[in-house]
Amino acid sequence: MLRLPRFSYLRPESVAEAVQILSDYGARARVVAGGTDLLPKMKRGQIEPEVVVGLGHLDDLRHIRPTGDGGFEIGACVTLTEVVSNPLLRSAYPGYVRAAGLVSSPALRNSGTIGGNLCVDTRCNYYDQSYEWRKALGFCMKKDGDICRVAPASATCRAIASSDTAPAAISMNATVVLAGPNGEREVPVASLYQDDGQFYITKAADEILVSLRLPEPGKWKSSYVKVRSRGSIDFPLVGAAAAVHMNGSLVEACRIVITAVGPQPLDVSQAAEPLLGKAIDAAILEEVASEAAKPARPLDNADLSYVWRKRMMRRAIEQAIREAVEVA
Amino acid sequence: MTNVVNETSSDLRVVGKSLPRVDAVGKLKGLTAYTDDMELPNTLYCKLLRSHHPHARVLSIDTSAALAMEGVAAVITGDDLPIKYGIMPTSQDEHALENEKVRFVGDPVAAVAAVDEETALAACKLIKIEYEPLEAIESIEHALLPPSDEPIHDYAGPGNIHRMGALEFGDVDQGFENSSHIREDIFFYEGNTHLPMEQHSAIATFVGDKLTLWSSTQNPHYVHRALARVFDMPMGHIRVVAAPHGGGFGGKSDPFSHEMAVCKLAMVTGRPVKCTLTREEVFYVHRGRHPVLMWVRTGVSEDGKIMAMHFRTALDGGAYGSYGPASMLYTGALQTTTYNIPAYRFEGVRVFTNKAPCGPKRGHGTPQPRFALELHLDKIAQEIGLDPVELRRRNYVKPYTRTVNHLRITSCGIEEVTDRVIEASGFLNRKRRLGHGMGFAISSYMCGAGLPIYWNKLPHSECIIQVNRGGVSLYCGATDIGQGSDTVLATVAAEQLGLWPTDIRVVSGDTDLAPVDLGSYSSRVTFMAGNAALQAAREMRDILVDAVAEKMECSPQEVMVADGKVGELTFEEAATLAQEKVGVLSTRGSYAPPPNIGGRYKASGVGPSPAYSYSAAVADLDADPYSGEIQLNKVWIAHDIGRSINSLAVKGQVEGGVYMGLSEAMMEAQLYRHGLHKQPSMLDYKSFTFFEMPEVETFLVETVDLEGPYGAKEVGQGPLLPVIPAVASAVHDALDVWVDEVPITPDKIMRALDAKAKGREGRYGPKNFPKISYPSIVKVPPFDASSSPF
Repeated sequence: MLRLPRFSYLRPESVAEAVQILSDYGARARVVAGGTDLLPKMKRGQIEPEVVVGLGHLDDLRHIRPTGDGGFEIGACVTLTEVVSNPLLRSAYPGYVRAAGLVSSPALRNSGTIGGNLCVDTRCNYYDQSYEWRKALGFCMKKDGDICRVAPASATCRAIASSDTAPAAISMNATVVLAGPNGEREVPVASLYQDDGQFYITKAADEILVSLRLPEPGKWKSSYVKVRSRGSIDFPLVGAAAAVHMNGSLVEACRIVITAVGPQPLDVSQAAEPLLGKAIDAAILEEVASEAAKPARPLDNADLSYVWRKRMMRRAIEQAIREAVEVA
Repeated sequence: MTNVVNETSSDLRVVGKSLPRVDAVGKLKGLTAYTDDMELPNTLYCKLLRSHHPHARVLSIDTSAALAMEGVAAVITGDDLPIKYGIMPTSQDEHALENEKVRFVGDPVAAVAAVDEETALAACKLIKIEYEPLEAIESIEHALLPPSDEPIHDYAGPGNIHRMGALEFGDVDQGFENSSHIREDIFFYEGNTHLPMEQHSAIATFVGDKLTLWSSTQNPHYVHRALARVFDMPMGHIRVVAAPHGGGFGGKSDPFSHEMAVCKLAMVTGRPVKCTLTREEVFYVHRGRHPVLMWVRTGVSEDGKIMAMHFRTALDGGAYGSYGPASMLYTGALQTTTYNIPAYRFEGVRVFTNKAPCGPKRGHGTPQPRFALELHLDKIAQEIGLDPVELRRRNYVKPYTRTVNHLRITSCGIEEVTDRVIEASGFLNRKRRLGHGMGFAISSYMCGAGLPIYWNKLPHSECIIQVNRGGVSLYCGATDIGQGSDTVLATVAAEQLGLWPTDIRVVSGDTDLAPVDLGSYSSRVTFMAGNAALQAAREMRDILVDAVAEKMECSPQEVMVADGKVGELTFEEAATLAQEKVGVLSTRGSYAPPPNIGGRYKASGVGPSPAYSYSAAVADLDADPYSGEIQLNKVWIAHDIGRSINSLAVKGQVEGGVYMGLSEAMMEAQLYRHGLHKQPSMLDYKSFTFFEMPEVETFLVETVDLEGPYGAKEVGQGPLLPVIPAVASAVHDALDVWVDEVPITPDKIMRALDAKAKGREGRYGPKNFPKISYPSIVKVPPFDASSSPF
């Protein structure tokens, strides 16, 4: 079998201690909760930490609670299954919960956490390979090499943002709480990512994502559409989150976030402008979806053809808006 | 849902029943010990160092640093295993470890035995190999050109051509001349792999001068022969045990590097050595479905009768020979077992490329031409305005006839299987609307290859039954790879002996303990080993009956054998009585196919079989006219099983075949990019999950073959075959576009829809068939009917 390399496992008693360990070890340490992303990548030599810091046992990271202002806070180590089976979250944030329920397979959702999914590594079929495979091809800039294999002219890595929950959370204007050496800070989920598949996350190496805060849904209704080869297991080939605020049959506001078509989720809500103040109809929806899909730049580093993925982006956006409206 | 259609009444007691397999409990409870579960004292663990280059000369190998590492017991290279081997006598082209040149990324170069896998892996990284890269050949078209560096192999040729064939039966030119309608099509079938749940694993010991290998092999006998060759040892000093399997599907039919390596390392170290492949390595070991490019031209008469067919194939064989010469011929052999083709010309070529070697996968060489042929007939039917089912019916082969390429057809349920699925699915009355489609296809498969891999006159299958103090043991070299052959053999014997299948202890897949069976390939075990077991069981029954008749002072005909009793005695009493009378109770059975089941021309060895199964399928699906995404609704499948030995096991095989066929039809593809396998993992190599799998309704048609054990025929491979063209046909029915390439993925469908929207032909598929210098056609004279009743 593929062997897990040797590493030290540390089990801090608190988030503060975990942060201290990260400060001490820097890039040589990684946190682990469900392990569904980190451990296979360690086996393939994509991530080679000396120290793995366990978080899953920390009760401070395992809560789901109302925030007092009508929203909810979900601890980073709450599993995706726990989110999916929570009735309050289901009714308040249907898009986010659907996204959580579409991650991988039941077994992995039982183990995988919401914090882990927000931080999930970007993916690329030149990178998600064993050490020996990558050595045979020639390494890429994301690990051990210096060029992007899918876009050799690119100055940055073009691995694909593959979190299903991130676009859904962004569409709800959610924030995350990051704990670091200087205490906690709260940042929008949208600002957690950047357009670089290698350094895809803006969180500092000594920061820990401790919780996700979803604001009061108010009139916002949401949905998430995931396109993939199979009905389970697969990462998104294209993903679209939509949140709409309806006033009767008219659209008051609409947010659209797309993913899996570049290194970060993209907020393309501006494209929804033609919808505002209008009722949903097929022609406007098509126009909006076409416009919203424009920034999508799928490359040949995932399953099926990138032309198909690009076209499916439009469809996913349309469908996500429709479904969000239907929820409303 | 299974519907067993009994064509004859039967008074069989256990044959045909829906019973759990004899090995079910162990597997369900996790008690079955697969090769990797075996732990022998002092075992060393082996890892193979594999090539990083698709094609390169090996200039030097330095193992000194690896050898010096603590925990490393031995490091071997090609120098230690200089004798080449291969499954076919004509393709002895593999070194267990390559020391001259490597031919694909993943080709093994060195092997390490160490105290654990981790150490072995670390030691592999210390082995220094100097390579001189050579031009890598990555496609059929590329392989047909003269190589710029050197051919991949120094035999066969010219260039990278491995094997060619060109045969003609009947007068094809005349047939086309007499046709009122002629059509040509080009198809491509991408390669795919077996994806067994269990990765290959092997463990070897060398004690005294005896070598023992436990391995997840389908063919212990052929591995036995290969070991004798590579180690230059008498076969009597070698024992090969096929351990319980987690699936084969053809992927464990060749002798493999890791098997040779653990044997050599056990000899060198004097300790047991185990090697279990990673999933990625299984993708490199491969021997899966060949990518095949196909061109077919058919002429039909005004009333839709096939007058002549010309079929050309080009197979991408990958880096080694494997079963390749047979694979190539199989792409042309079985077109004639479903349709009466009076004049038939076949030209085939297999080329070497720098990819993991292809070989046999469920249906071996026939799913590709079956896909092409069925779709081609659909297109002809459409063109001449004939219902596709009717077109086929007009050309069906008849039972007890001889095909133009000399294959003997006996029992044949082709009409019955068609009727079942056509009636049940409502195919002929289907509602036509954009986005919904149904497709129909038929197929046929062999019940065991008529000839062994290597020429010999010995039986193909041998069986011994021993009764000792009432306990029944059945010994047969056949290997249960998950298909249920132990259950089949036990049931065949139990029927004769008046017992339940679970009363029979089956000792199989062991070259020391059991007589030879050639192996679990070509769907041969039920028919061939089943007949051997039947013969041995009948003889044992006679011995018991005679003993009881003597005691009861009656005639043997009056002694009933049923429900654990022989006459008035219990089975145990009867067995004891017989043993008192004759001593050791041991009977034998053996089977060899009858002569004259095929022709006597060169290359006639591929195709003949003592019987053929027949399958028909209808697929029902919804297809999205925007995205090309497919939702499968249902598959109806009917299979001419001859007779079910165990209808539950048969149904399992049918459904398994449908599953694998659908998954191949719609997503599985062994793709390469920059000389590397594109997605050697179970996450990225896409295969069906529960979500994709539709409802399957199975019909078992029993034609009771005159030569099969109790009339049984095969089920392991046949039911996969019609599924793929049925899906392709249904996609066309739904969207009015043709996807002439497997797998039929949504992006290909979208391309075909785009082409149609732009006013071009609504089709996705290969546009050209390369110019190939096939050898001159061998015109085979008609079958000499005086040598056979039909």
